[in-house]
Amino acid sequence: MNDLYNSQRTMRQMRKIAMQRGVVAILDVGSSKIAALVLRFDGSARMDEEGEFGSLAGQSGFRVIGAATTRSRGVQFGEITAMAETERAIRTALQAAQKMAGIRVDHVIACFAGGDPRSYGLDAQLTLEDQVVSEDDVARVLSACDVPEYGEGREVLHAQPVNFALDHRSGLIDPRGQLGNELSVDMHMLTVDAAAIQHLAYCIKRCDLELAGIASSSYASGIAALVEDEQELGSACIDLGGGATGVSIFMKKHMIYADSIRMGGDHITSDISLGLQVPMANAERIKTFYGGVHATGMDDREMIEIGGETGDYEHDRRTASVSELIGIMRPRVEEILEEVRARLDAAGFDHLPSQQIVLTGGGSQIPGLDGLASKILGQQVRLGRPLRVHGLPQAATGPMFSSAVGLALFAAHPQDEWWDFDIPADRYPNRSLKRAVKWFKDNW
Amino acid sequence: MRALIRKKPVSNRPDPAPSRWAWRIQRMMLTPGIRLALRAGVPFCITLAFGTWYLADDARRGAIELAVAEARASIETRPEFMVNLMAVDGVKDELATYIREALPLDFPVSSFDLDLVAMRETVSAIPAVKTAAVRIRPGGILEIDVEQRKAVVLWRNDDGLALVDENGYYVAGATSRHARPDLPLIAGKGADAHVGEALDLIDAARPLGKRLRGLVRMGERRWDVVLDRDQRILLPVENPQRALERVIALESAQDILSRDVARVDMRLAHRPTVQMTEQAAEERTAQQAAFRARNK
Repeated sequence: MNDLYNSQRTMRQMRKIAMQRGVVAILDVGSSKIAALVLRFDGSARMDEEGEFGSLAGQSGFRVIGAATTRSRGVQFGEITAMAETERAIRTALQAAQKMAGIRVDHVIACFAGGDPRSYGLDAQLTLEDQVVSEDDVARVLSACDVPEYGEGREVLHAQPVNFALDHRSGLIDPRGQLGNELSVDMHMLTVDAAAIQHLAYCIKRCDLELAGIASSSYASGIAALVEDEQELGSACIDLGGGATGVSIFMKKHMIYADSIRMGGDHITSDISLGLQVPMANAERIKTFYGGVHATGMDDREMIEIGGETGDYEHDRRTASVSELIGIMRPRVEEILEEVRARLDAAGFDHLPSQQIVLTGGGSQIPGLDGLASKILGQQVRLGRPLRVHGLPQAATGPMFSSAVGLALFAAHPQDEWWDFDIPADRYPNRSLKRAVKWFKDNW
Repeated sequence: MRALIRKKPVSNRPDPAPSRWAWRIQRMMLTPGIRLALRAGVPFCITLAFGTWYLADDARRGAIELAVAEARASIETRPEFMVNLMAVDGVKDELATYIREALPLDFPVSSFDLDLVAMRETVSAIPAVKTAAVRIRPGGILEIDVEQRKAVVLWRNDDGLALVDENGYYVAGATSRHARPDLPLIAGKGADAHVGEALDLIDAARPLGKRLRGLVRMGERRWDVVLDRDQRILLPVENPQRALERVIALESAQDILSRDVARVDMRLAHRPTVQMTEQAAEERTAQQAAFRARNK
């Protein structure tokens, strides 16, 4: 576990350096596109001097000075499958973003959707030595959590304390300084495939950049697409991406569950390609122009040229009605949503006080999706767009940029994670000198 | 067989991704330090190198200097900047002539060549000049405003007669006492440093009228009032004016100075002493002898 501490702490250190330098790049490695944003931090805090949120919900501490997207290559299901291709795609996106920003970026915060994320709920209890909860007590109770066997070849991506309880009072956000006898903590841990992280880290290292943070893209899009009361009362964010669909559940402003389904918009495209016998590029074009999930009488009559490049005139001049297209798309969308439903049920989403569901990501732009989703997922469904942040180009304000924007917000105000607290002194087995120094610091 | 439909050209678009070296060079060019060096440092170095090379040749440098000097001269000799005459204001003929002689200027002269500060110092250095203001008036006139020192006493010292103003500054020499009969006379070493006091005493001695010959500074310490018939009034160091007033009061009451007295010594305030002339003393001795003989 010390390994995990160290690598995550190194990234936190990098993030701190990047903040001091004031420029950091955001990289969303998706299956259909790679988005890069360059952020400039101007140092203004989330809260102003009067303790009130500043403009733009306190998110005005940074400004997007460069944005670029490129078609993703070598990424499938949100995981890197061809390193060199991905590296080049990352370089393309970052080069354009840097050029727009006019400044060199050295630190990158990245997110990806795949890697088969799994959520674990951890808890621990601790009897306090003295009545007052100190920061050291928080660190000790966090380290007292018994980590489940999450398996070989997996890595912890997030480990966030989501709830503190002191004696019988639960739902504490910050227990420090409060009085009590027994402190307990609930923690949400998200593990992903270690290889996925390593591949991404390697690609970024090959671009001469430093990795200053890494996040799950379901988490990032949840931060951007859910409004504050949804995050507080309980809601799920469904990020319909190209190769993977991310699911994240938020409660009391903390992520309590995240998952990813290895299906997305690319599968709809390939269904169209198969069903209509057209190339993928044509299928993608047809999907974005004419796609939908509810067929009407008008759609039967509306014929679309589906095209082709075979050179066979008859074959290349075929037409199909929009109803046919919808007939191909709808089962796949339904399948994705059914899968989401299954994941939400497995996570116990029904037991949350509020069951708001927010659809975001590029796939959520299919017309009529909210109607279909409300049939499958429940009544409270809305389409979500990312929060508006300073300087974001109009082209990057659509729902497909949720995770990039969310990652920018995450970079500006990261959630407290396990590794942000000091390792308690008794966990150091053989560093007596450090312990002695700490003892001096504590006692003098 | 050739296809009848227009085939889409096989896209051989190059990979949009930058190569690793292109990427590195682009990042290097975006580094703030290198950007600054390219924007400011390189032009600076090029200009410096070119300038150094150009000026390394003596002939070129000489040509530049010559051109600058010519341009300068052509501006300086424009009629707007020429000074044609000098006006000395505030003094009479003699001193004005003297000032003109002290400033040897060859009109017309460019105003760039005139050092007004030095000229003012030269004029101020003339003893008879109290203050001087020098300026160039529009129209090419060098105007010198002079305030003259006013002589208030004649001072006779070892070097002869001098005119001195109220602060003891030397104004001019004088050939004889009769050149300025209107001024009172003072004498003695160090008298010039106490002209104010002397003037007060002369003022106080006005009742003596024409009898006053002058004041003598004795031992750089105190004053003697010298009257005609070789009479002297010796005044104390402290408060001489009051002592003189006492003598004048005695004169008006008892005609002390009209008698045959050589000196009235007021140096000790509580014991004024009178010295008779030798003649009077003999006369008195003779009278006393006669008196004594008669009463015997």
